Amino acid sequence: MAETQIRNFNLNFGPQHPSAHGVLRLVLEMDGEIIERADPHIGLLHRGTEKLIEYKSYLQAVPYFDRLDYVAPQNQEHAFALAVEKLLGLKIPPRGQYIRVLYAEIGRILNHILNICSYAMDVGAMTPMLWMFEEREKLMEYCERASGARMHMAYFRPGGVAFDLPPKLLDDIGAWAERFPQIIDDCETLLTENRIFKQRTVDIGVINAEQCFDWGFTGPNLRAAGVAWDLRKAQPYDAYDKMQFDIPVGTHGDCYERYVVRILEMHESVRIIKQCVNDMPGGPCKADDHKISPPRRAEMKQSMEALIHHFKLYTEGYRVPEGEVYAAVEAPKGEFAVYLVSDGTNKPYRCKIRAPGFAHLQAMDFLSRGHMLADVVANIGSLDIVFGEIDR
Amino acid sequence: MDLALKDLGDYLVGELPDEILGSELAFDQLTIKVRREAVAKVLTFLRDDVNCQFKLLVDICGADYPAREQRFEVVYNLLSLTHNNRIRVKVATDEQTPVPSATGVFSAANWFEREAWDLFGIYFSDHPDLRRILTDYGFEGHPLRKDFPLTGYVEVRYDDEQKRVVYEPVKLTQEFRSFDFLSPWEGVQQVLPGDEKAEEAPPQPKPEGGA
Repeated sequence: MAETQIRNFNLNFGPQHPSAHGVLRLVLEMDGEIIERADPHIGLLHRGTEKLIEYKSYLQAVPYFDRLDYVAPQNQEHAFALAVEKLLGLKIPPRGQYIRVLYAEIGRILNHILNICSYAMDVGAMTPMLWMFEEREKLMEYCERASGARMHMAYFRPGGVAFDLPPKLLDDIGAWAERFPQIIDDCETLLTENRIFKQRTVDIGVINAEQCFDWGFTGPNLRAAGVAWDLRKAQPYDAYDKMQFDIPVGTHGDCYERYVVRILEMHESVRIIKQCVNDMPGGPCKADDHKISPPRRAEMKQSMEALIHHFKLYTEGYRVPEGEVYAAVEAPKGEFAVYLVSDGTNKPYRCKIRAPGFAHLQAMDFLSRGHMLADVVANIGSLDIVFGEIDR
Repeated sequence: MDLALKDLGDYLVGELPDEILGSELAFDQLTIKVRREAVAKVLTFLRDDVNCQFKLLVDICGADYPAREQRFEVVYNLLSLTHNNRIRVKVATDEQTPVPSATGVFSAANWFEREAWDLFGIYFSDHPDLRRILTDYGFEGHPLRKDFPLTGYVEVRYDDEQKRVVYEPVKLTQEFRSFDFLSPWEGVQQVLPGDEKAEEAPPQPKPEGGA
């Protein structure tokens, strides 16, 4: 038998592959079925958000943040609102803070539901998606009732939230929060001890704490490696310092533990939601500064001053004092931050968006080397990657 | 928190007097300006020193200030989990001068530096793989520079005859409009008919800007 030439070959994974979670083009250099090198090509969804924001007033920039990580839009807006408020030196009334925390946690559950289910689907489990997406739909309905939009809420604005909550919404969210843990448990019966799921995820894509630091990991991916770091606890913003919750951590940092950490985080989020619903303070939901937060519609019909404020705010916007800040939130995927430079005008001079997924995807090569092709899918799923925020 | 950061700034200036050009505390955030050549050394110090422990490189980004002699700024944001604080390190550079890469200190720097190269054209020396990252294959220019137009120069469309995507110069059906809402009262430039004499008249006291 003639000697056959053995050679490595390249495999293009994506950008149309369903388990590439969007438009990831992954160039894999393979030796048989073993990955020798993974080179993610990103940018296929690049929309130039940072450049566009430089040409918009501070209020007009808010909707762009919804469209970054479209799975959990609220949390992105939160970071931008905090950055602008820091520059303005603005204090938010307690009700505004609680509403934001409530919706930030809803965003976290929205994100984790999507991630866990699509991840499970990638490794072969169809049912979680069908069961859990019903809950996701209910949550989006709560978003719609508060802001008018299911996904792109544009609800967290510098100075508070856009509108107050409609009556009875809090009761409904409270009732939902009572039922939801049962549904997480149902979902767990399908996955947590499932033999196939464990075979696909345990000991795949292991990363320890030191390596996590080196690669800039944050959020659940860092916590799965055993580092109890959560910005909500360490550097609390808004009303998080009044909330009681725990930080779930893993020990091993593999794909399976990243999944378990997310499941446990959903339970903690439900705890926070219940506290928000029970302790929701009264009063205004946005800062009482008409140079920043627009007047109510009804007021405009009566008051000349309110009308002028409205006109000024929606044409010129407000000027933000010169300076630069870095504001970070614990988004569902990790540390989402906005580095905002203001030159004293009504438009941001520079707005850098720090997306957690960018740093996570960068470690793909490190995580996948020496693994099989099928493990690449598990790795991508467990890192929780959404291209809206990575490509910006 | 406030005092601790100020002390940290003083400590850093004391430890690395030749490398650090200045430290500044604003909005409860500490910024240090660093000599360009020494950036890798400073980052290593910040990562390893017992009093700093900035183990997590959260972000690297560029910023463009065309009026300055060294127009670009590279901003490194670091986070210390041990001491629960943040620091911002800034380096100034221009189009030609490379900045030493931080990939040797933090692996995470790799893509962030590629991004700064792609969007601003800031060159990093000793970077293992300085390719474009976010823009299209074969893209020209650096879009986040202030002199790069918002609309860009080329647009793409699918050409049915050639059966492929073609690149064409940008055609705007409506001229790009940039509204200057900044000074609605003072901003009017053109002379209204019958207003020619206003030139000679003594300057009017400016009305209060806004309600």
